[in-house]
Amino acid sequence: MDPAKPILSLRNIGKAFYGNRVLADVSFDVAPGEIVGLVGENGAGKSTLMKILFGMPVIHETGGYEGAILFEDREVRFRTPFEALDAGIGMVHQEFSLIPGFTTTENILLNRESFNNSILIDIFGKRISTLDRMTMESRSKKAIDKLGITLDPRMLVREMPVGHKQFTEIARELGRENVKLIVLDEPTAVLTESEAETLLGSLRTLSAEGIAIIFISHRLREVVELCDRVVVLRDGHNIKDLAARTTSIKEIASLMVGRTMEAQARIDAESAAREEKASGDGEPVLTVENLWVDMPGETVRNVNLSVRQGEIFGIGGLAGQGKLGIPNGLMGLYPAGGSVTLHGEPVALNSPRAALERRMAFGSEDRRGVGLLLDEGIDWNIAFTAMQVQDKYVTPLLGGLLKWRSDAAMSSLATEYIKLLEIRCTGPRQRAGTLSGGNQQKVCLAKAFALRPDLLFVSEPTRGIDIGAKHLVLDTLKKYNREYGTTIIMISSELEELRSICDRIAIVYEGRIEGILPHTAPVEDFGLLMAGADKDEAPATAGGGN
Amino acid sequence: MEGIKRFIADFGLPRVIITFYLLALFLAAPLVGVSLPASISDSLIRIGMNGIMVLAMVPMIQSGCGLNFGLSLGVIAGLLGATLSIEFGFAGVLGFVVAIGISQVFGAVFGYGYGKLLNRVKGGEMMIATYVGFSSVMIMSIAWLIMPYKSPTMIWGFGGEGLRTTISVEGFWRHILDDFLAVRIGDSFKFPTGAILVFVLVAVLIWAFFHLKLGTAVTAVGSNATYARASGINVNRMRIISVMMSTMLGGLGILVFEQSFGFIQLYEGPLYMAFPAVAAILIGGASVNKATLVHVFIGTALYQGILTMTPAIFNAVLKVDMSDVIRIIVSNGMILYALTRKTKVAK
Repeated sequence: MDPAKPILSLRNIGKAFYGNRVLADVSFDVAPGEIVGLVGENGAGKSTLMKILFGMPVIHETGGYEGAILFEDREVRFRTPFEALDAGIGMVHQEFSLIPGFTTTENILLNRESFNNSILIDIFGKRISTLDRMTMESRSKKAIDKLGITLDPRMLVREMPVGHKQFTEIARELGRENVKLIVLDEPTAVLTESEAETLLGSLRTLSAEGIAIIFISHRLREVVELCDRVVVLRDGHNIKDLAARTTSIKEIASLMVGRTMEAQARIDAESAAREEKASGDGEPVLTVENLWVDMPGETVRNVNLSVRQGEIFGIGGLAGQGKLGIPNGLMGLYPAGGSVTLHGEPVALNSPRAALERRMAFGSEDRRGVGLLLDEGIDWNIAFTAMQVQDKYVTPLLGGLLKWRSDAAMSSLATEYIKLLEIRCTGPRQRAGTLSGGNQQKVCLAKAFALRPDLLFVSEPTRGIDIGAKHLVLDTLKKYNREYGTTIIMISSELEELRSICDRIAIVYEGRIEGILPHTAPVEDFGLLMAGADKDEAPATAGGGN
Repeated sequence: MEGIKRFIADFGLPRVIITFYLLALFLAAPLVGVSLPASISDSLIRIGMNGIMVLAMVPMIQSGCGLNFGLSLGVIAGLLGATLSIEFGFAGVLGFVVAIGISQVFGAVFGYGYGKLLNRVKGGEMMIATYVGFSSVMIMSIAWLIMPYKSPTMIWGFGGEGLRTTISVEGFWRHILDDFLAVRIGDSFKFPTGAILVFVLVAVLIWAFFHLKLGTAVTAVGSNATYARASGINVNRMRIISVMMSTMLGGLGILVFEQSFGFIQLYEGPLYMAFPAVAAILIGGASVNKATLVHVFIGTALYQGILTMTPAIFNAVLKVDMSDVIRIIVSNGMILYALTRKTKVAK
């Protein structure tokens, strides 16, 4: 454990995908037996960094990376994961890469099996050799013992609880003879608390044996508890390299979500300007009690909130915590339960039509899947929902018996929004599938605006679009809110964006509202809520609407 | 040159080849002693006969249910209409109208059940549809035998029970559309005005349907069912509507076919009605989830044109009667080709 002699050092690593910079100038060292925590928001570049380290082909195919990686004092440039494995780097992925129908032992020793010797091998070659199950079992036991846990070596992966699967993955990396560094990407995300504790214990055991560990996690408490050092990434930059002993969750959280001074100043100025408006209204327009939504990957367990007339209400939180489930459940797209009232009257759940008829509209985060008719023109995309729900853009025939679609009205509506939102296209008949991401998003917003909603949900409105389009989308939302008094609920994983336009922001953690803060609250408070800090640690939920 | 290239890319090289092949057949006809007017007339008659069954494909394709391989179900509704109309003793225009009326009632009922079934097998519609087609034909094969039909023109001469395999509609409504306002030039050319008119009329009705609010919703369901659901559309209901339309059009289609053909073909007759219609619309340039009326017109003209012309020319050249063999080779070959290109939409 000589800190002067690191086993791995990253020097000025940078990476851009198709001109889109995701990493710049990241440097840090890992000493043998050291546990380094790597933290950052979604999209901060953690996964990309690990892909570079592990030699994933995707890095290579997109033009390699900048900077250098030194492993055991030699510069390495892995071109495939196999080379990284051979050098002694193990990786435990977020998704399980195990074979469900194989046992623990078989998974741990996959492609490294022990064989029985037999005369047939001499004659026919290795392909005829049989497995030496006894040796294999003892080898896998040894790897499992290193973790300090008990796993049944003969259990099928299919039948295991998730925690055991995670342990099997780690044991597989340990099963290699020469492993010196293990990278764990969100290993505790799927574990229960006690399982996570066990895992952290085993990781400490490993580090005591001299194996270096890079630990990636959103659970800051674990990071502080386990790691020797913490590296904070933000927007692809290495923000800070901290000794875990001297830091606090609060400090890490504020570093994770922090921002440059001038951006802060701009946001502060903007929020000051909004101050009087936000405080004026108090009438609750939407009240949600005990909402649950069964949306795969974004389960909402118990959400209570109330949104005031005319405000822009933000919902934030890390991926997978359930923030996306809230609008999808309220708009009837996924099975949901609980009591929801709009203007004091109950809203039927599980029916998109009922939600739309109550003048709620939704710009989905899944633009291509839910938001657009990719094979139809812009005019159809914008006008369709309003046509079906509110009978707009139709001409009644035979005394209203038949409703004839008015292509001209749809086209002029589309032209109007194309001008208003600066949608780059060849005309209202261009197919939505051929538009760029930003312009598709604008079409989605136009669709929602065409409904003239009282309450507008927008989910991840700026995901995957460039900065210019981002500003335009946010400005449009603001303008719409101001001019029509539409209450807007915006869901976004980018806190900075939420703080720049929302009046109040709720943070969702594990399917619940962890707290509701005014946009003026300090960043680290948001960071704490996102990381699921305990209630007593968290600041008072100022402006909370429950 | 660029323009030609783009045109070929848009229109599809195979379709260009098929078109030129058809033109070549028409040009070759006089050289090998086949009457050109008769050939054109035959082609037109066949287009009129088959056009509505090709149109029947459109609603289900538009709603995302895929190609209606279960068209036989609609054909059976048409056969029920035809036989019941004769059984009740109606003839002439009235007989044909009654047949259509009955077929539409059966088509609606069958289509509703068929649609319900297809809603349970989303993603595998076309395979299930094929089996629905086959099994309904087999069930009806039993039913034709045991249903209490009495009309002597239809039941077996011996025994006096059960319907014959082939029933002539002569004296009822044979050529009732083909001869309506028919234009005759010389001995061999006849333009089947009535049948073509009905084809165009039904096409206009379908065009109109897809310009209604309801038709727009059906199209959106086919384009992106999740989008439609998020817009408050009852996706299953739209799909059932499209399947009912398709089945009812199948019933109408077979009646138009029979009045021209002159016979009602029962038992296994409906079995092979779906494939030519599927092939025609695919050759016309439709894909499994997008079809327009232009695809129907082009496809019907190309498919039926080749089917009429190829055997005639080949027979004349080879001097042997191989028409049926060639017809089967050509039609199945085109079906095979059409099915391989079912995903790309042409303009």
